[in-house]
Amino acid sequence: MFNTTVAWITLRATLSRRRALLFALPAVILILLTVALKASHPPMQLWPSHVLGTFGFSVLIPLTALIIGTSVLGAEIDDGSIIHLLATPVRRSAVVMTKFVVATGLTVVFAAVPELIAALISGGGSVPGPGDTGLVPIGAATFAVALFTGALACSVIYNAVFVMVSTATTRAIAVGLLYVLVWEVLLSNFVSGVKLLSVSHYGLGIANGLASDPALEAGLGVLTSVVMGAIVTVVALALAMNLLSSFTLKGEPA
Amino acid sequence: MTTIELRNVSRWYGNVVAVNDVTMSIEPGVTGLLGPNGAGKSTIMHMIAGFLPPSRGELTIGHGSSWRNPGVYRQVGLVPERDSVYAFLTGEQFVVSTAKLHELPDPAAAAARAIALLDMAEAADRKIATYSKGMRQRIKVAAALVHDPEVLLLDEPFNGMDPRQRLHMMDLLDKLGSEGRTILFSSHILEEVERLSGTIQVVVAGRLAASGDFRAIRRLMTSRPHVFTVRSSDDRLLASILIGGTLAGGTLARDTLAGRPAVTAVELTRAGLQVRTSDYGAFCRDIAVLARDHDIRLREVLPADESLESVFAYLVAD
Repeated sequence: MFNTTVAWITLRATLSRRRALLFALPAVILILLTVALKASHPPMQLWPSHVLGTFGFSVLIPLTALIIGTSVLGAEIDDGSIIHLLATPVRRSAVVMTKFVVATGLTVVFAAVPELIAALISGGGSVPGPGDTGLVPIGAATFAVALFTGALACSVIYNAVFVMVSTATTRAIAVGLLYVLVWEVLLSNFVSGVKLLSVSHYGLGIANGLASDPALEAGLGVLTSVVMGAIVTVVALALAMNLLSSFTLKGEPA
Repeated sequence: MTTIELRNVSRWYGNVVAVNDVTMSIEPGVTGLLGPNGAGKSTIMHMIAGFLPPSRGELTIGHGSSWRNPGVYRQVGLVPERDSVYAFLTGEQFVVSTAKLHELPDPAAAAARAIALLDMAEAADRKIATYSKGMRQRIKVAAALVHDPEVLLLDEPFNGMDPRQRLHMMDLLDKLGSEGRTILFSSHILEEVERLSGTIQVVVAGRLAASGDFRAIRRLMTSRPHVFTVRSSDDRLLASILIGGTLAGGTLARDTLAGRPAVTAVELTRAGLQVRTSDYGAFCRDIAVLARDHDIRLREVLPADESLESVFAYLVAD
């Protein structure tokens, strides 16, 4: 299911495009924001959970995954170079899986690892203590590992979705952006029922399961997050494989 | 030996019919798929290549369908019309990676062979981004040939090639065809097909207009009258020379021709001479010689109806 030649071409193609410069932009913004907040706030605040959790999982990771996930396949479909891969005996499922793995790997580098770094810089989160004892700190390492694990899960699920969107429409970036802004940023944070179908909440649910940080405002438990995340990933990839198997070139009508 | 079969194949997009009930058999050797732009050639090519399902009918390469069947590419090489290759790779990297995708036992050797076949060895270590259009076309053909396919599909393969590259490509396709491979190429340029192909399939407005030996079909095409508009320094003199007699009432008829069997009628108009001829090539040669011998300066010799569409329309009318 994984083809090293497809992976090599995909990596070269993705990193050689001008769009690759955008990969690091959300991560740089997150780290700079974390440094600025760390410098301007006293310790034991809730901002790390809000910034790295809510902002990181519903803005930073999906935007990075969107740029990368639509680059690995959508860009090749747009410019027509995909035909050189598809006119070979390599199974379309292997093409999808390989591109998904490459996209996920790049998203981990450009989104999940920066989450880890930013979480370590922040010094960790805080949770309200029992009674009126104020905030109790969560260790930086625990906090960082929890966020990194949640970000890993988000990288996997988001990329499955965006690779599928790339095979479904030639306007993958526009559709993906609309999905991120309307569904993940707006609806999932304000409409409780939407959380069950929100990738950012799957990630937050997993992170919260490790850090036990209510400030992350995870709308789902760990088990629900893992199961739903797995279902979305599998369904999205199956759809992508099926759509790519039916990939067509349009001829000119007479 | 692999044959491509289309049986009652149609393809439509909504209410628009792109290919209408086409039945053809493409045997080993070189076959040209000929037709004007928009005739449905690319649609047929895409269907054969497995990148478009027929709306109706049956299409097979060898014994299998090409739609949703990547295994078919073990015996098929495809050169798409669209000029999109991995520009960030060198020519060699592109062909070697294609060989790897075909899981060939020695990708480097197969790539070297294909690159040499296309006379691209000198440029193989340059990035494809630096190639001319003709070179990109050739490296695409090298990649399509790297696994030594029995069937080679080429969509408008001569686009962007200079005359020398064209000749080289034609010789190569000729050689591959004579080795028993099934080569199908599409073109809207009659002369390309004439030079290369013994068998043609002519598609007009989505229908198969003619099929078979090129020379027989070409005879049909050339036996029709051709009309030229000619302007010269002395149209009246040229008219009388062409017709070999004197003008009477503006038009002269065939029975007055003197040694110019290609010319069937000449009409003197305000725009110049309208000359009807049954032999396109002979007329083009003769008129230059005649003008020189009689010290007439030719200002314009314009085929009035030589668009490929008109040729095909004539063919369909037959």
